[in-house]
Amino acid sequence: MAIKPKIKAEKLNLFYGDHHALHDIQLNIETNTIAALIGPSGCGKSTFLRTLNRMNDLIDNVRITGDVLVDGHNIYGGDSDVVSLRKRVGMVFQRPNPFPMSVYDNIAYGPRIHGTKKKAKLDEIVEHSLTQAALWDEVKDRLHKSALGLSGGQQQRLCIARLLAVEPDVLLMDEPTSALDPISTLKVEELTQTLKQQYTIIIVTHNMQQAARISDITSFFLNGYLVETDKTDKIFTNPNDQRTEDYITGRFG
Amino acid sequence: MNSVADKLVNAKEKTRPLVTSWTRAQQRHDSLMRWVFVGSAALVSAIIFSIIVFVGMQGVKTFADVSPLEFFFSTDWTPTSNSFGALPFLYSTLLLTLLSVVLAVPLALSGALFMAKIAPKWMREILRPATDLFVGIPSVVYGLIGMTFIVPLLGRMTGGIGYGILPAAIILAVMIMPTILSISEDALRALPGRLEEASLALGATRWQTMWRVLLPAARPGILTGIILGMGRAIGETMAVFMVIGNSPQMPKSLLDSTTVLTTAIVKDMGNTNYGTTWNNALYLMALVLLVISLALILFIRIVAKRSELK
Amino acid sequence: MNSRVTDKLATVYFWVSGIAIIALLAAFLIRILGDGIPHLSWHFLFGRPEEIVAGGGVGPQLFNSFYILFLSLLISVPIGVGAGVYLAVYAQKSKFTDLVRISVEVLSSVPSIVFGLFGFLLFANLLGLKFSILGGAATLSLLNLPVLVRVTEEAIRTVPESYWEASLALGSTKWQAIRKVLIPAALPTLITGITLVAGRALGESAILIYTAGLSVSRFFPDFNPLKMGETLSVHLWYIQAESLVPDAKNIAQGSAALLLIVVLVFNLLVGIPSRILQKRLTGGK
Repeated sequence: MAIKPKIKAEKLNLFYGDHHALHDIQLNIETNTIAALIGPSGCGKSTFLRTLNRMNDLIDNVRITGDVLVDGHNIYGGDSDVVSLRKRVGMVFQRPNPFPMSVYDNIAYGPRIHGTKKKAKLDEIVEHSLTQAALWDEVKDRLHKSALGLSGGQQQRLCIARLLAVEPDVLLMDEPTSALDPISTLKVEELTQTLKQQYTIIIVTHNMQQAARISDITSFFLNGYLVETDKTDKIFTNPNDQRTEDYITGRFG
Repeated sequence: MNSVADKLVNAKEKTRPLVTSWTRAQQRHDSLMRWVFVGSAALVSAIIFSIIVFVGMQGVKTFADVSPLEFFFSTDWTPTSNSFGALPFLYSTLLLTLLSVVLAVPLALSGALFMAKIAPKWMREILRPATDLFVGIPSVVYGLIGMTFIVPLLGRMTGGIGYGILPAAIILAVMIMPTILSISEDALRALPGRLEEASLALGATRWQTMWRVLLPAARPGILTGIILGMGRAIGETMAVFMVIGNSPQMPKSLLDSTTVLTTAIVKDMGNTNYGTTWNNALYLMALVLLVISLALILFIRIVAKRSELK
Repeated sequence: MNSRVTDKLATVYFWVSGIAIIALLAAFLIRILGDGIPHLSWHFLFGRPEEIVAGGGVGPQLFNSFYILFLSLLISVPIGVGAGVYLAVYAQKSKFTDLVRISVEVLSSVPSIVFGLFGFLLFANLLGLKFSILGGAATLSLLNLPVLVRVTEEAIRTVPESYWEASLALGSTKWQAIRKVLIPAALPTLITGITLVAGRALGESAILIYTAGLSVSRFFPDFNPLKMGETLSVHLWYIQAESLVPDAKNIAQGSAALLLIVVLVFNLLVGIPSRILQKRLTGGK
């Protein structure tokens, strides 16, 4: 039963100008798993994450060699469409960044730019997404008030809901809870567990306990190299590489 | 091999295709709009380029009938007898600008220092909109004040008619003062606090700190403000026109009727026909004004670069 | 001891200069408004000007001021905002971008009389518009353009980059992001800038003398943009320079006061729409 991995990075290298930021990354991620990317600051985990939805295209002077395959299709190939890619592979950022619009308009933004106009359909999508993000009860009475009035944790869940409204397959999360308080962090972590049944989630985190709590597989990055990838249990109890063990036990980073 | 997972993926693709006619239209709009934006930017460049070319070409036609030597160095401006010496205008422009700056800078700098370092918050809340208001007053209104108040005053004080470079300089000084003030104030505010701290910690008074440390340190910014003020003064037409007297001669004193480049253009434009030497000479004066403005911009850039290198 | 005395004197000097600036402004305002407001009658505001006898009004000129302003904004806002968006969003380090920036800077330093001459050459002469409202509006837009570009670029740059990223990450095109997120978020600053431009344009005269002309049409209000359109500020200049009417002085003073009031009102009104927008954007709990 050879199911294609959802995401496959093959000999991926990335250069910022002359600086060689990612070296020969090789990584497979299966559907409906949560993959955590850990490593010390500056190790390249966020950079790698951004290659998966081509957000690095926004930076000047970036060069990429190698392939990234989503559902078997090379997203850096000549015929690949970035806009469609981002509909399928979505991203949640470190700092919540809701638009300066109402809650409703924030969620409806994605569907609207992709062509959905009927109010009934939008209403349905908004409610469904907010429910999936465990935010519906908290905002259902203030849907048309500004999203900037929500707390930090609520804003982040709003951003997740906004992403879900686009119906992606893959959710990329770049340190989604590092700007949140412990209770909101917990809520978001619980969210990932429910969401993984429908989506594939890749989460960058500098919080190792978080990675250990929520992920199925964990990849350890160091200085632009992918040192080791394995089941989370194994990485955190009996890693193969000495450097992984050093990082996990706190000897550096 | 159709596994369950593959079937799921295919099913999803059917109900919600990733590339629809909508998204293709959006891509088309996106590409189109990009060209619209690039085009607007290009249009702006084309505009300034054509201004320089049009005015320049028309102005240069003057040299078909008038030698550059005569234009720039002769003081005889009698178009009706084919004399086109623009030196009086150049001279008066220079004199007027310098005098305006000299009159404006002390008050502007004092105001800037006051607002940046001394004034309490409530005072600043009044002064800031006040300086903005100054900038908002139309130049013809300034001219009217000059004409109805300052000129008669000067006339009474000196027994003459009161027109000339002096009232023009006074009015211009008031007009450019807010510009110099706000840029200098920004420059002073941008100074790192540790400069002031160091001076005060050595026992200097506030005044000594301002005079010996802050003003010199903010010099590039202040200079930029002054140059911008100069630019405004050189280009000002209407207010000057109403108080300067407008006779095309070299001024023998600050209260002697004279003309500057801008007012010469305004005054004669209506009396000349397009295509005549007289008319072309006006364009030449406009070209001179353009060149001076460009030179000032260049100067500002040099000043800015040198302050960065420090 | 000497330095302490100097310091105290300096403080007094600075307070005096601060107060002097305010006093100067107050004196100006009082003088203009005081001289002019008594002449502001209903007839003055809406009546037609007289060429020879006393009692003329400035109705058509007032109308022309706003009409020309409106037309010039119609022309300059799309181009200015477009170029501003280019600089803020699309521009990369290239010779072209440098060229555009220098062009904006040079354009912003051109004296207004030079714009007037150029406008005369291009619009009145070459394009055959003669003295017309349209010619005046087109020339006036040259003045507005550089400020609009700068204001737009600044306004967009103050929008947090995270909005841009979020929109793109949701799969929007650049134009969608600009249209739906950037410009709405930049709108308060943008409107403030446009209103400032408008205030300045209302007071302009050197640009319009040889492009919009010195007379007004026979009908009032006349929307034909090909007719001559003397504005209030040009009229003010003309009245005190060449007019034969016996009450020229009064008309000049009234015009000056009216002009001042219009410009001041504009500057005050600036804050209001942008503040309303700002509130809606940032919370309104």
